[in-house]
Amino acid sequence: MEEKKPIASLDLRGVICPTNFVKAKLKLEEMNSGEILEIIIDEGEPIANVPRSIKEEGHKIIKVEKLNSHFRLLIEKGA
Amino acid sequence: MGKKKNIDIKYDHALEEQKRPKVEVELEKGKKEVFNLDQLKSGGYIRQRQKDLFTVRLRCPGGRVAFEKLKKIAEVGKKYSKKDYAHISVRQSIEIPYVNYKDFAQLSEELKEVNQKIASCGPRVRVPTACSGCEYNPNGLIDVQKLCQEVDQKYFGIQCNHKFKISLSGCPIDCFRTNEMDLGFQGGVEPIWDEKTCTGCGICGYACKEGAITNDPETGKPTIDRSKCLYCADCIRACPTNSWKEGKKGLIVRVGGRHGRHPVNGSAIAELLPEEKMGQVIEKVIEWYNDRGKGKGRVRIGDILMKKWQDFVDFIKPVLGEYAVKNPKRPEFIKIHTFQTGWQPEPVIE
Repeated sequence: MEEKKPIASLDLRGVICPTNFVKAKLKLEEMNSGEILEIIIDEGEPIANVPRSIKEEGHKIIKVEKLNSHFRLLIEKGA
Repeated sequence: MGKKKNIDIKYDHALEEQKRPKVEVELEKGKKEVFNLDQLKSGGYIRQRQKDLFTVRLRCPGGRVAFEKLKKIAEVGKKYSKKDYAHISVRQSIEIPYVNYKDFAQLSEELKEVNQKIASCGPRVRVPTACSGCEYNPNGLIDVQKLCQEVDQKYFGIQCNHKFKISLSGCPIDCFRTNEMDLGFQGGVEPIWDEKTCTGCGICGYACKEGAITNDPETGKPTIDRSKCLYCADCIRACPTNSWKEGKKGLIVRVGGRHGRHPVNGSAIAELLPEEKMGQVIEKVIEWYNDRGKGKGRVRIGDILMKKWQDFVDFIKPVLGEYAVKNPKRPEFIKIHTFQTGWQPEPVIE
C-alpha cells in the first residue's frame, strides 16, 4: 500500500510531554479532515502517551515506524 | 438571620466528664423524642465540644451534589450554623457545623425542599464514596458514580457491628483506596489482542506501565504476562490499530481494609466481577459480617476476617464463582507506627 503523503511535518524529538502532544494538536487544528501530519517523537514517555491522546482527540494513526530511539507517526486528521 | 452576632460558644463540660445528658429533641417536625445527645450521631448529628452544638452531616453519595442542592445547603447553612463555612468530610459529604439541636427539625425540613437527606454515622453501612468514574474522566473504566448511587439507595444505613465503609474507584489508579475500605470496588478491563490487525509497531509495550507486555524484537508482536496486568486499559487506548480490544470488564473486589490507628490492607477476593453482581456481593459480605460478628460488639469486618479468613473464603466463593481470586491473601495490618514497638497485632486463629 502506498504511503499517504503528509502535508505537514513536526520534529518533536527532545520535546517533553505534554508539550509534544499540544504541538501536534495545534498543527492538526490548522489542517483539514483527512489530511496527514507526520510527527517524530522520542521513545519512552512520549511514545507511551502521545498516540493515546491523539486517538482520544478523534484522529487516526495510520503508520508507526521505529527509527533508532524515536518514532515516526503518520496521523490522519479526524472528522 | 439576625441571630448571627457575637455568639458565646460555651465549652461543654458534660462532654469532658463523660456525662450523657438527656434532652428532648425534635428531629422531624412535630416528632419530639428524648435522646441522649451522643445517640444523635446515628442520625447524622455529631456532637461538638461546644454545648448544645452539633455538626450536621449530609448524605452526598459519591460526592456528587447538584447545584440546586448546593445552593440550598449554603442557604440553610448560613441560617442555622453559628459559623460561616461548611466542612467537606473525608468521605465526600458536606457537613454544616455549629448547629443548635433545637434547629434540627427546621433545618431538615428546609433541606427536604431539594430532597437533600441527612447522613448517618455509627455502626452501619455508611454513605458510599466514589470518583467521577468513566463518565468524563479519561482514565475511568466503569461507571462507578452510577454504582455508587445504587449502593447508597439499597444498602446505606444497614446495621452492622461497627462502621462499614464502601468505596468505588473507576480504574486501577484507585483514588478511592479500595484496599482501605471494609468493602471496595475498583474498575478494570481485560485486554484482548487481535493478531490479524496488529502491525507490530510496539507502542503497547511502551504504554504498559507494569511491564506486562513485551514486544518481539523482530516482529514487534506483543506477548502479555497476565500475572502482571492491572487491567488499566493503557494498551487498549494506545494501540493505533485498535488491535488491543476490551475483553471482560468488571470490578476488582477488596474486603477487610481500613484506615485509622491500625490500618489494615484489604484483600482482593474477585477480579473483573460483572457490575450486575456487585449487589449480591455486598449482601453476602454483610450477611457474613453480621453473623460472625454476633455478640462481638464494636468490631470491624477486617478483624473478624483476619481470624476467620478461610471460613469467609468458603462462604463467599459460590457468589464470586469464576471471578474469585485463587487463594486470596488474608487482610494484613499495615505498619505505620514504626517508632512504636509495644503494639502487636493479635495472633491469628482460624
